[in-house]
Amino acid sequence: MQHVFYLLLRRLRTPMITVLVIYSICTLGFVLIPGVDDQGKPWRMDFFHAFYFVSFMGTTIGFGEIPYPFTTAQRFWTIVCIYSTVLGWLYSIGKIFALFQDPSFNRLINRNSFNRRVRRLRDPFYLVCGYGVTGSRLVRALDAQGIRTIVIDASQRLIDELEADAMGLAVPAICGDASDPDLLNSAGIRSRNCAGVVALTNDDHANLAISIDSKLIDPERPVISRTGSKKTTANLASFGTDHIIDPFETFAEHLALSVTEPYKYIIKDMIFNPHHRVLPSPYQETRGRWVVCGYGRFGKAVEKALQSRGIPITFIDADPDSRGAPAGTVEGVGTEAETLLAADILTAVGIVAGTDDDADNLSIIITARDLKPNLITVARQNLGPNKPVFRAANVNMIMEPGRIIADEIFVLITTPLTIKFITYMCEREDSWAHELLLRISAIIVDQPLALWAINVNSEETPAIHDYLLAKRPVRSGFLCKDPRNREDDLPAMVLSIRRRDDLLVLPDPDTRLEEGDEILMCGQHRAQFFINWITDNYNVLRYMHTGVEAPGGLVWGWLNSRKRMRRSR
Amino acid sequence: MNIEKVVFAFFIVLALTLNFGFVLGDIDNPDHHNVYELYAALVVSLIATIMKFGDRTHVGAVLLATSLVADLQLIVAAVVWGFSSHLIETGLDAAMMTSIVSLSAGAVLANVTSVILLILETMMVRH
Repeated sequence: MQHVFYLLLRRLRTPMITVLVIYSICTLGFVLIPGVDDQGKPWRMDFFHAFYFVSFMGTTIGFGEIPYPFTTAQRFWTIVCIYSTVLGWLYSIGKIFALFQDPSFNRLINRNSFNRRVRRLRDPFYLVCGYGVTGSRLVRALDAQGIRTIVIDASQRLIDELEADAMGLAVPAICGDASDPDLLNSAGIRSRNCAGVVALTNDDHANLAISIDSKLIDPERPVISRTGSKKTTANLASFGTDHIIDPFETFAEHLALSVTEPYKYIIKDMIFNPHHRVLPSPYQETRGRWVVCGYGRFGKAVEKALQSRGIPITFIDADPDSRGAPAGTVEGVGTEAETLLAADILTAVGIVAGTDDDADNLSIIITARDLKPNLITVARQNLGPNKPVFRAANVNMIMEPGRIIADEIFVLITTPLTIKFITYMCEREDSWAHELLLRISAIIVDQPLALWAINVNSEETPAIHDYLLAKRPVRSGFLCKDPRNREDDLPAMVLSIRRRDDLLVLPDPDTRLEEGDEILMCGQHRAQFFINWITDNYNVLRYMHTGVEAPGGLVWGWLNSRKRMRRSR
Repeated sequence: MNIEKVVFAFFIVLALTLNFGFVLGDIDNPDHHNVYELYAALVVSLIATIMKFGDRTHVGAVLLATSLVADLQLIVAAVVWGFSSHLIETGLDAAMMTSIVSLSAGAVLANVTSVILLILETMMVRH
């Protein structure tokens, strides 16, 4: 606010002095010019009357010639005064309006109101740098969960879009360079409420700067950063960035997983993307050679992921020599049938259109499918607005880097335990995942899969806490039964329990819970309500344990215990 | 030489000299105190105040404060003058004149402070 106030005062100096000088000259003139009173005697205006007259004349109110009718000389001076005061006011007001429309002044005002909104935030928040495809998706998802965010983006257009987006919570946003430490400061990076920093700008260097800044201020605070190159990845890792996400490698991993271990892929996709669509891959022949168009960053990531799983690839690239493509690469874009035939498309099981041109990618898919209709098609979509076209092309798998990163970061923020679970799953056999998928499907039926975490402590689960203090057992199976009738199952299951450094995956229903456990559950969204009931209400928990609906009040408890004693006697 | 500094110093010193000239004379004698001089002192003091707007330095802030004090004293003196010559039946008598002059004498003190600060600031600049 300070800056704006000083700037305003500084800019108002000239207009204010102009008005002041005009007023003082006019007033002095009326005092000096001789007049006559109502009896025709010589009379001179004093300063009081002169100032009074100039005040109402200057503001064009005009009460008339007060206190006595003016002489010709006074009227002459009045004409001069009328024009000069009106011009003075016009000039001053024009200056003030010009100031309010001045871009630099507006930027200052915006910055100030942003600072104020950030400072007023009392809840924990995440600082999201970059409001592109990824950032906007992430912010919207977090907003829907009631998690606060603060946004910085370099483009005013995106900030305007954010303001137009209907959010549940107020999201303070500012346009500016996110690598500027001063701006990060304004955005609350030093605030104790800042729960984490997410660097999603298109510029690797900016992401680095943001991550370093946050790590220097608080090494404990999680930092999630996007990366575009190996060098940046290594650099980010060197100072302890918690999660580094490379969109191309992430997607290549997805693709490789879907080809080699489809059940794991489906579970992973269900977790990351609640509105997940079932892919045909588990039911199709996926083992075999793949054709990949484009040997850029994306192509290389696919090569690494597929070859580590022993899947052969034939590359098609427009300029194989300078990009260092492997031997056997076909030269061409892949949009013509000849090139595809040269890459032996007829014996391949799938094609990946991974060039950085959306039109080329679509053309590759359509040409390839003409040659071999049952081909698995994977396309890279570079620009967000092209989504409907890719949908219409009926591609089996669309790679949208922005969506993938946003979903992964969202899960990282809301249920960090999930990532541990997925890592565990990826180390198992695919048949293990198949079995798990059948269990999950039986629970959720046709609903979207919801995930949530429960921390066993006195604040989040008071009933379990008290029950454990009373040395009574709480079993993980209690959480999956209906509190209205414990014979019935709730549409939910326990995925894993983290106890200190151990991870108990798919625990037996008889597993005893302990204080400090972190429980990861999944199931239908509505089950959460009943589970909260069990974890928060002591009587409900006792019913889950004993099957008896015990009286809760002291009097009834006392009467009951007497009755029991009498009966036992 | 900086023309902005010249204008700035000019108005600050002028505000003091005019103000001092008005106060000079017997405190209760209306003949010794000219109404035009008070008017000029008030206008120049107001201009000097506006010229100090928007200075973010510490000296600038104190200069603005002393100037506002001078304005306040002079405005009250002018209001007392107008009040006594129009609304009080006795007119502008010795008692009224005394309070007007003492009010403007207060303004002189504030203006002296301004000038001292200005001189100090000038001494600090070594070139």
